[in-house]
Amino acid sequence: MTREEIFESLNEVFRDVFDDEEITVNDETTANDIEDWDSLEHLNLVVAVERKFGVKFNMGEVNTMKNVGEMVDLIMAKK
Amino acid sequence: MKELEYPFDANYILSKKKRIKRQLLEEGGNFVEKKVAILGGSTTNDIKLILELFLLNYGIKPSFYESEYNQYYQDAMFPNAELEEFAPDVIYVCTSNRNITNFPVMSDDAADIDKLIAQEVEKFTGIWASLSEKYACPIIQNNFEMPFYRLMGNKDASDIHGKVNFISRLNMKFYSYAQEHQNFYICDINYISADYGLKEWSDPFYYHMYKYAMNVNAIPYLSFNVANIIKSIFGKNKKGFVLDLDNTLWGGVIGDDGVDNIVLGPEESEGQVYSEFQRYLKEHRQIGIILNVNSKNDYENAISGLKHPDSELSEDDFIVIKANWDPKDKNFSDIANELNLLPESLVFIDDNPAERHIVTEQLKNVSAPEIGEVHNYIQNIDRNGYFEVTTLSKDDMERNEMYKENVKRAQLKASFADYGEYLKSLEMKGIIKPFEPIYVARIAQLTNKSNQFNLTTKRYTPLEIEDCMNDDSYITLYGKLMDKFGDNGVVSVVIGRVDGEVCHIDLWIMSCRVLKRDMEFAMMDTLVHHCKNRGIKQIRGYYYPTAKNNMVREFYSLQGFELIASDEHGNTEWEFNIPTQYENKNKFIDVEE
Repeated sequence: MTREEIFESLNEVFRDVFDDEEITVNDETTANDIEDWDSLEHLNLVVAVERKFGVKFNMGEVNTMKNVGEMVDLIMAKK
Repeated sequence: MKELEYPFDANYILSKKKRIKRQLLEEGGNFVEKKVAILGGSTTNDIKLILELFLLNYGIKPSFYESEYNQYYQDAMFPNAELEEFAPDVIYVCTSNRNITNFPVMSDDAADIDKLIAQEVEKFTGIWASLSEKYACPIIQNNFEMPFYRLMGNKDASDIHGKVNFISRLNMKFYSYAQEHQNFYICDINYISADYGLKEWSDPFYYHMYKYAMNVNAIPYLSFNVANIIKSIFGKNKKGFVLDLDNTLWGGVIGDDGVDNIVLGPEESEGQVYSEFQRYLKEHRQIGIILNVNSKNDYENAISGLKHPDSELSEDDFIVIKANWDPKDKNFSDIANELNLLPESLVFIDDNPAERHIVTEQLKNVSAPEIGEVHNYIQNIDRNGYFEVTTLSKDDMERNEMYKENVKRAQLKASFADYGEYLKSLEMKGIIKPFEPIYVARIAQLTNKSNQFNLTTKRYTPLEIEDCMNDDSYITLYGKLMDKFGDNGVVSVVIGRVDGEVCHIDLWIMSCRVLKRDMEFAMMDTLVHHCKNRGIKQIRGYYYPTAKNNMVREFYSLQGFELIASDEHGNTEWEFNIPTQYENKNKFIDVEE
């Protein structure tokens, strides 16, 4: 899976979780950019991403992810 | 909504929950509004959001109070203005084994451990007592799931120091409390977690990461079970099955294969599975669930299958049997009509997806689960919680007999040309009296179940019924009806609120099984007698239309009331001035007041 393909799938996940068809994420996207992205939705997002890509993040990773770019790095490393 | 029926896709529900909610609200329908308080011992946010979906799907629109993280004890035990103002209709205490204060240590002796049990139970009984005193509403309480590790291995189950043993004992204490208290229900997360897979369910990642006491992916299964308990409390259970025959109750097509060649019975494995399924269905009669047949077959062939020597079910176990070549949706609605039930209160079981489709397309809100292969039938039906039992009254257990008697009455009716002669031949006896404690549960149940013959559609909890019973400013009446075929039990309820010389009818309901038996007139007569005794001069009736109660739109007019007000929503208000010489309207029921 290329980085672009991951972003494409990731957009779908974000659109479902935040129920907003307009969302497009990039490397720099953070919780500050998406209105409903609070700690509770973060959990749903992580679980949904894990499901989508068939990967599992560990606690340290979930806690330290700073932006969507880092999330994509982790997905690529785990695939 | 199909997506919210078992077997559901938990991932889909979790990831699309916002969209699903939007769809449910757009579809609209008639929601009853209920206030649900969730007191959690761990994070409950998603449990709440998913619970909302399942409740909406059951026609219940919830509003929520959610305690702050792990504040279940404080919220229950100490003054809580916010919760008091919220005034919950039901409280769900969502705790887990993470909330157990002290587990035994190996150096404890038996007496120490008994004390630990007592302390833990005291903590919880304190919560329940406090909640029921302050909020007087049903309480749903999780039991405890098994621990996710076993210090002593298998001995953890039998040794008094083991966590498995300790939790099992606590659970038994919870069950004793449930047996002794009305309005208190256990949500069996011990079973749900085992069913899901305990290892997955209690993956500690979710606790340490998000303070969820369970795997987030398991939440739909928990919320679904909680929704089932809630819909059962508020009278939204299903009432019976409508069953296909060929390849549903037995293997093969009886019309083609002949009765000797259908697959059923102990001779070989597939036949055994069908037998087990028939036994499963038959067990439902014990909890008052009725069985009916809807089959494309010649009637004689259908009956011959039920007479098969290995058939667990016999003709006698069914109330209505439709075996003909009509479309199944037509048969289905005919069955519902004959039973005086709404189609949506019956569950359709058919192995053929096309038949399921036509029934669910034509008849709104009928459930027709995807039952899968024959060895999966039971699991797929059972986990839907159609008949979730919260209270089981004597009437429920005798329901099958009642419906049968009704069928006999219908046959008798057909033999009379004159309806009055038929009513006379029934030799009806009624008991119409103010509420009595032994009927409180049944009365509350009726107020929640009756939709069609219900003037105001006001719902009552058992505690509210008790309040009316004990309050002098109310005239309360329950009506029982018996006839030569049997006892129908409590079938009608009236609650009148007295204000000076006027009695306002807050509630007037009757079970549809006794329609056109003069029972509504007998109730009116007794109501008038009670009013007269109290010097009341006028009775005021109210009709509030819903999607289901059109049949009583003109009810008060029929009783001799005059229309005094109406509005654009179809709400009407009626008055009846009690004459000095009131002539009884009921002519056929011998009433004891």
